[in-house]
Amino acid sequence: MKIYSSYSLSDRFLTVYAILFLSFLYIPVLFLPLFSFSESQYMQFPITDWTFERYVTMWKKTKLHDALFASIKVGIFASVISTILGILVARAMTRYLFPFKKSVLGFIMLPMVFPEIIMGVGLLIFAIFAGMQLSLVTVTAGHILICLPFSVVILISRFEGFDKSLEEASLDLGENAWQTFYRITFPIVGSGILASLLLTFTISFDEFLIAFFLSGEDPTLPIYIYGQLRHVKNIPYMLALGSIILIVSFITISFSEWIRGRGMTTKKIYGIFK
Amino acid sequence: MASTLENIFSRSDSTKAYSLLSPSLLLLIFVFAFPIFFLIAYSFWTQDYVTVDTTLTLENYKTVINKSAYHTLIKRSLVISSLTTLVTVLLAYPMAYYVAFVVKDRKLLWLIALTIPFWTSYLLRVFAWKLILGYNGVINGSLYNLGIIENPLSFLLYNPFAVFVTLAHAWSAFAILPIYVSLEKIDRSLLEAASDLGDSAFKRFWRITFPLSFPGVLAAALIIFIPTTGDYITPKLVGGSEGIMVANLIQIMFGKANNWPLGSSLAIVTMTIVTVLVICFVLISRWLISRIK
Repeated sequence: MKIYSSYSLSDRFLTVYAILFLSFLYIPVLFLPLFSFSESQYMQFPITDWTFERYVTMWKKTKLHDALFASIKVGIFASVISTILGILVARAMTRYLFPFKKSVLGFIMLPMVFPEIIMGVGLLIFAIFAGMQLSLVTVTAGHILICLPFSVVILISRFEGFDKSLEEASLDLGENAWQTFYRITFPIVGSGILASLLLTFTISFDEFLIAFFLSGEDPTLPIYIYGQLRHVKNIPYMLALGSIILIVSFITISFSEWIRGRGMTTKKIYGIFK
Repeated sequence: MASTLENIFSRSDSTKAYSLLSPSLLLLIFVFAFPIFFLIAYSFWTQDYVTVDTTLTLENYKTVINKSAYHTLIKRSLVISSLTTLVTVLLAYPMAYYVAFVVKDRKLLWLIALTIPFWTSYLLRVFAWKLILGYNGVINGSLYNLGIIENPLSFLLYNPFAVFVTLAHAWSAFAILPIYVSLEKIDRSLLEAASDLGDSAFKRFWRITFPLSFPGVLAAALIIFIPTTGDYITPKLVGGSEGIMVANLIQIMFGKANNWPLGSSLAIVTMTIVTVLVICFVLISRWLISRIK
């Protein structure tokens, strides 16, 4: 084990690199909260006068309330539905061998790498063609599509470690399928389900492009923010709002990733990316 | 194990599996396959203000092929996203290597810390770069205060380079995961054997670690190249007129220009080019890697 145990020069170099990499990742994002406390209208750096005013006054914008509420609604529906669908898919994938298994999984995962602009315009065309009114319902449908692959990734990795004999024992002991699910399956895979709900909610809550094409009259929060960013005088308020969103997303995702990772090797958690 | 062999394609298993999959497959058919199908259909139709003429025609494709302004945008999108892919993979590789080989106990913590920014609001992360690169932004402000420049540099924002920097920042975290997984899977005893047999550290990396981690590199390249080619927000916010990409053009066709069929054919052409490039890229790199091995 001599190669790994000694803390060699290259290891030290890599450690420095890792710290630089993390800084590169985080520092640009930190300017958002920093600028949100600036008194100036014009996003000037260095910041000279500080204020907390934006965080107080921004809540007076009633359209913000509507957009926030819209995003929460869409997020809840998208995350719950994609997680339920994800549970079914993960169960089929981890439990059974069946024809075209790989192709079916590939098809379900495809929206994860598909250019959003193409899904966005495709959905717009289809919605109009099918005579549907653009609304939060169409946005939710689009969001379920992009959230599903992530639910599936999370849940497959959870279901894979799941010992089938526990369920068989429960069935042998006379529990019906539903009771077995409720008393055996759910507690074991529960952390995966919670992680999936949190991650997909955040994805939906932060999603811009699909909502941009499909939201019609009711904007979601990112669409509202995007609209406000066009007017220089509104930007400081959006920085304040954005900072809150970033912090909440950050906490939700950290928590989601943490519960999903408990008791699992990292190789397994991210195993789908092979 | 004859019974398991029988089970593999047993009808009941397939039925059970497909009944579990059916809601998701129905969703994908309605929300993914049909929209793409209609997108393709639209690209062969024409539109006159609000009425859509459904006679099949190649007119839109001719327009796309003949208009050099469109070529410029498609080419620029491909160049920017290729460059982004190359740089993010190069940046992410040592990072993934560090977590896989140097970090001992807190691998999960590292991976979470590295990927969280990727999940949080894309729009806001892109906007942050406007604050940094802008006329009164962080870079100009700092340089001015240090006495290095007298007038703000106007070339930082609103050009293809700003798009590239912003995209590389936004996607580098996501490139780490596939590379990390492929590195983590490498059997450590292979590396020890190579060292014992006298390979230098570099040779060991080049002959064992790198080829074995290559599937991860390939996956990383694809999950960055495909979405960034069609990125809309970044070129819109930081690209300016010189930095806009094909997604912005497609959006214009569906918005202001109100020419959905032309927009559709632009989307289809872009998608086709990306698919062909991806296939070529996968084949070539597989061939190259087999030569190293």
